[in-house]
Amino acid sequence: MLDIIGPFFKNLYDTTGWNFIMFYEQYEYDRFVDAMWVSVKLIVACLIFSLIVGFIGAWGQGAKSKILRLSIAGYIQFFRNTPPFIQLLVFYFVIGTLTPQVDMGGYNEAIIGSFGWAVIGMGFFAGAFNTEIFRSGIEAVPTSTVEAAEALGYSRMKSYIYIIFPLAFRVCLPALNNNLVNLLKTTTLAYGIAVPEMMYTANQIWSDNVNVPEMMIVLFIYYIGLVGILVWGMHRWEQKMRVPGYG
Amino acid sequence: MVSIKDVHKSFGDLEVLKGVSMDIMKGECVCIIGPSGSGKSTLIRCVNALNDIQGGSITVEGQEVNVPNLDKLELRKKVGMVFQQYNLFPHKTALKNIMMAPIHVLKQDEKEVEAHARQLIKKVRLEGKENGYPGELSGGQQQRVAIARSLAMSPDVMLFDEVTAALDPETVKEVLVTIQDLAAEGMTCILVTHEMGFAKEVANHVYFTDKGVIVEHGPPDTFFNDAKDPRTQEFLGQIL
Repeated sequence: MLDIIGPFFKNLYDTTGWNFIMFYEQYEYDRFVDAMWVSVKLIVACLIFSLIVGFIGAWGQGAKSKILRLSIAGYIQFFRNTPPFIQLLVFYFVIGTLTPQVDMGGYNEAIIGSFGWAVIGMGFFAGAFNTEIFRSGIEAVPTSTVEAAEALGYSRMKSYIYIIFPLAFRVCLPALNNNLVNLLKTTTLAYGIAVPEMMYTANQIWSDNVNVPEMMIVLFIYYIGLVGILVWGMHRWEQKMRVPGYG
Repeated sequence: MVSIKDVHKSFGDLEVLKGVSMDIMKGECVCIIGPSGSGKSTLIRCVNALNDIQGGSITVEGQEVNVPNLDKLELRKKVGMVFQQYNLFPHKTALKNIMMAPIHVLKQDEKEVEAHARQLIKKVRLEGKENGYPGELSGGQQQRVAIARSLAMSPDVMLFDEVTAALDPETVKEVLVTIQDLAAEGMTCILVTHEMGFAKEVANHVYFTDKGVIVEHGPPDTFFNDAKDPRTQEFLGQIL
């Protein structure tokens, strides 16, 4: 890869001064590519975790137990009303220091690292919004449809799985789409707890090479590309789930 | 088959059913008529426990409904219900709507269920509409899918809650013919309806409810031609 693009970017630097060093120097190239993968892994993990949190939250909001419903309402209020960056710092620096340490042979390391805390922190943050988004979808399913399922012998669990969630999902996909795009961009906050993702690595590269404008351009292009892929995927999904004569 | 004894039902302070009793024998077709708000829909919703009751007793094939730890699944296997607004599952085709409950609830084999579902489609005269989504079907077609969906669970008794109230006069007929076929085959049917002609022709017994009580009941001949109670006479006078 570097053989192909290297000469072009080296030449670009020599002639114009635009220094995209990670595209012609092996060391910077390696950490740039690593960061690309760390970011993708972080994003995928956060998306999945936040969706799971949203499902469980929306399910729990319809539960009979008042304690469960109140604790979910409290969770949503807390995570929606505080900045995600502060949440992340609290997870990493406060809760992280309270978790057990593992002996790594000479030094100790926390059982959950910065990557893990980034997934947990931002997963819960976006999960609070996902819970509300799923709830709006569930509430849009007519009670008469749910009653029909009940009359056919569906238990609450089964009617959620086969009828309520599939219908609710179609209703809330546009809102979910928005929130997941936001979450994707929010993952750059992991920079604050030293997860070696794209933002963090870009910062390292520009600190070493003083090429801030170039790195900013690369960051923008990278995230525009990722969001583009996510939106395209969600859009395809939306179309695939479209039902004739409904919605 | 279905035995309703002195049933009381309230929504908050509003008492909707004030001691209603009726017995429905196997293979009978019973029509419940009466003005809006007289509690007729509430009554049949109590039969499959969509509404709970505060007093009295309802038994379906020997199963008591008014008990705290009711086996709802057992009850709902025995009682099918069709609603005014069809309430089909809009994300599934007509055929899938019919197949869903037997597969998910009764855990029957998918191939057998599909064969049964295709028979039912034929029975409600909807061949060719198997792969249509509810949104692509007319009201009458949707209602017939809803009937087939209930029948797929092989119930012992069918409840019809004003199933033609949302349809235009032409489609009313196609749905009523379907129900008539069912009754002729010996399916036990309880209908809440405003279709007096249908009640006259198909029902074995007609009940007239008003303000939460049964005012009068009898076989259709005597009921329609020889009503005793002034309230019944007034109601029938307005309709016929």
